[in-house]
This record gives sequence, C-alpha cells and structure tokens, in this order.
Amino acid sequence: MRYPLWRTGVFLVVGVWPFWWVYQAWLFALGPDPGKVLVDRLGLGTLVLLLVTLGMTPLQRLSGWAGWVAVRRQLGLWCFAYVLLHLCAYLFFILGFDWGQLGIELRKRPYIIVGSVAFLCLLALALTSNRYSQRRLGARWKKLHRLAYLVLGLGLLHFLWVVRADLKEWSVYAAIGAMLLVLRIPVIARRIPRLRGKKQLSATKV
Amino acid sequence: MLIKLRRASDCSASEITPESLYLSRRTLLASSLGAMAVGSLPRWVNATEASRYAAVEPGAAPSWFAQKLPATQWQAMTVEGESVTPFKDAAGYNNFYEFGTDKGDPAKNAGALKTEPWTVVIDGEVGKPGRYALEDFMQPYRLQERIYRLRCVEAWSMVIPWLGFPLGDLLKHVEPTSKARYVRFETLHDPKSMSGQRSDFALINWPYIEGLRLDEAMNPLAIMAVGMYGRELPNQNGAPLRLVVPWKYGFKSIKSIVRISLVEQQPKTTWQAIAPDEYGFYANVNPTVDHPRWTQARERRLPSGLFSPNVRETLMFNGYADQVASLYSGMDLRKNY
Repeated sequence: MRYPLWRTGVFLVVGVWPFWWVYQAWLFALGPDPGKVLVDRLGLGTLVLLLVTLGMTPLQRLSGWAGWVAVRRQLGLWCFAYVLLHLCAYLFFILGFDWGQLGIELRKRPYIIVGSVAFLCLLALALTSNRYSQRRLGARWKKLHRLAYLVLGLGLLHFLWVVRADLKEWSVYAAIGAMLLVLRIPVIARRIPRLRGKKQLSATKV
Repeated sequence: MLIKLRRASDCSASEITPESLYLSRRTLLASSLGAMAVGSLPRWVNATEASRYAAVEPGAAPSWFAQKLPATQWQAMTVEGESVTPFKDAAGYNNFYEFGTDKGDPAKNAGALKTEPWTVVIDGEVGKPGRYALEDFMQPYRLQERIYRLRCVEAWSMVIPWLGFPLGDLLKHVEPTSKARYVRFETLHDPKSMSGQRSDFALINWPYIEGLRLDEAMNPLAIMAVGMYGRELPNQNGAPLRLVVPWKYGFKSIKSIVRISLVEQQPKTTWQAIAPDEYGFYANVNPTVDHPRWTQARERRLPSGLFSPNVRETLMFNGYADQVASLYSGMDLRKNY
C-alpha cells in the first residue's frame, strides 16, 4: 500500500467527526434539540465529503501528486458512511422509527424523495467500490461511477429545499460543486495546468 | 415436585408498587415540588432580583420594566402538567432571522440590538394614532405572567413563562375605527445592528411583517410580551416588545415590534410572501394539516434527549381549542392554513 501514513491520517481526520458530535451531544453542547443538529451535520458532512472526493482528481492533475487519488475511494466510502448515519439519525430523531410515517414522507415530500434517490445511488457506488466489481464491470464501472455527479446535483437540490430564508451557505457549496463539475468538461480538463512534477504513468487508476 | 429458583432480578409481590400510588406518582412529585417551592419562598421574596426560575441569566432591565415588575400578576395562566422549558434553551435556541439562520445565531448576535430608547408607532385605522416612547406606551398596563406552549412550524415546541399584557387592552386603548379589520405588525429594520438583514442572500424582504384578524387580536390569549422567566426579554427573544399568539405557529409571534397598524385589508405577511404554499396567513397549529415538507401531527418538546427523543402528539390549536376554535367556525382550515 502506498502512502500508508497519509491514508491513515485521512481515515482518522474524517472518521473522528461523528464521534465528536455524539460526544458533544452527550455533554449537552449541541443545544436542546441534539437529534436535529446531528441530522443536519451528518447531511452537511455528506455533501462536504462528496465535494472533497470529487476534488481529488482535479487536485491530482494540478499537483501531479498521486496521493490525492490514493484516498479517493476511501473518501467516497466515508461519504457513504455519513449518508448512512444521516439516514439513521433522520429515522430515529425525526421519525421516531414510525415506518408508516416514512411511507407517507416517501410519497409526499419531494426533498425526501430526492434524498432517497441520492442515497440509493451512493449505496450502488459503495457496493461496487471494490476491485472485484471493477473487474466484473470493466468499462461500465467508470460509467456507473459517474453517478457521483448526479448525486451531487440531487444532494444540492435536497439541501436547497431545506433552506428556508438565506441562500448564502447553500450558494457556497453549489458554487464549489459547479466548479468541480466544470473541471471535468473534457475541453477544460485538458487545460488544467500542471503546477509541479512530471506526468506519472498510471497515476489515475480509474 | 416443581422447584422454583428465584433469580436475583425477580420481584416479590411485596415489592410491587400499589397501583394507586403508581398512578398518583405525578401528583406526589408535583406536591413535593410545590412544597419545595413554598420552602424556598422567603428567599426569593427577600432577594430583590432573584429569579423565580432556575438558572435564569440576569439581564439589565430598563427602569420602566423594573418599576412594573413588583405589581406583576404572577401565573395568571399556567399549563397543566407540563414543565417549563429551561431558560437556557428558550434563550439559546431561537428563530430570529434578523440575526442569522442558525438556532444559535440570535443568542450570539442579538447583543448588537439597542432596545433603549425604543419607539412604537401606532397608525392606520385608529382614533388615537401616535409615536410612543416604549415607557409611555407601556404605562397603562399591568404585567401578567402567562405560561404558554410555543409550537414552532418546524415541529419543535417549548413551554415559556411570558410577561406581558393582553393585546386586546392595547387595541381598546388606541380605538380602532369601524374600518379596521386586521392588525399589522412590523419588526425593526436596522441592518447596522441586525446582521441577518445585511445578508445579500436573504430571501426575506425586510422588515418582517406579521398580522392577525382583528377578532383574533382581541382574543384574551393574544398578548404583547416584554419579559419572560421573571425578567425582561433577552434580545434574541424579541426585546423589547413582541407578540405571543400561543395557538398559532411561532413565526406569527413577531419580535422586536416598532409599528402596529390597524388596516382594512389582510396584510401581506413575510412567510406567506416567500412561500404561500407552505405558510398561510392563519398558521394555526393544526396536527391534521401537514406542512408540505413535514408532518405537523407530532412535535419534539425541547429539550429533547439524544437517546430519548421527546416526541409528543401535537394538539389542535396547540391545546387552546376551547378558547379559540370559535374564531374559525365555518372556515375550511385545510384551505385557510
């Protein structure tokens, strides 16, 4: 395994947040409605991790350092872990495990529907993130994993529909997301300047 | 022969709490709390500024407020069998978008609001319009403590002891003309002190506007509040003057009021203007009419624990149906949400 320290560092830095938040809630540092705060933070964490994951390829192109892409799969899986926790927290804190109500929410609320579709896409990506699936799916794997772009769109829409009065925060995430997608347009992707290092062979391993 | 071995965790019949005692445990708790309250009575009577509620942050009360406080009619209305939300939650978890959209933002940023001097304008269809300094405006009224449920449209709720006076008394005082059919309220617009009003991304067209039908406003439950928890309002709770309408979702209870107008036409209220399909003019608490994005059948009573979410059924008109349901007889509350 290349970059063991770097990978472990990323693992710890990303993984520590949910534990920290639950600890804060335990100390009553999250205010009187800790469940809602956890749901919101886990949701926002998912979006941030999705953006970070999508930022790895452009960063690698820009810097020539293969370490960025070495943690891409890990970050993607963290993104899935966060969305799974987000979903569980929603089911527990907001719905109180009322499955009948979940049925109603899934039928009636567009932002819940959009969030669920995004979750299913992330689930598909997580399940096929292993080498076995990469071999089995071959060229189709890359196509499948372009779903990440769709997830970004759905996630931003899900977030937009939750925002009630001020679009500032949402606009920042949307702008970063748009930039990351624009960097993938072939005409533009080819023009990303390499700031340091020489072109390395097989640096991007799909 | 059957040999029954007793496990350590088994209960013997003698350990079982009699049903009558079990059923009356709340009464017992309540009466012991009452005894404690009586026991502590002399102390808070003696200590001039000591609080009637636990852990209330002392404020710097304006002099008109300090003068009115001793004559307050305490517990003029209470909520049966429900405990008052801790002060730090009521004063630390707020929707007051003038100071930011996070629940903690108002407590963080509202210190910049200057509540003295404060002027209230009364205009529109009234016999006695005018501009009043708040201390003159407050002069005719005696404070009452009203302990009310507060149900936010976002499906959380609290129980808060307000200090205020009936809005109806104010309206009688200013003499609405025969043309007056609605009351329109306006919050301060001051981007210098209200950080949320400086945001370029705000969807709200400041100032914040709310309104009531005149008969709703005359209902004895509707009050103008100037204090809570035995002190003046903290800025983040809408100092120095706010509306409290306990049978409606919290956003109707407009904060930091600078203008009250009696009008002929139904006012265009802020949330109704932003999202008319989500927030109606009436905004009565109604468990049978969902918000388009979530159910209103239940609410999280705060503080809600991490491992025991304090979820309860929402009551029609927030539990005040007896007093207010008649205001809406013959109206389709699905349409007039």
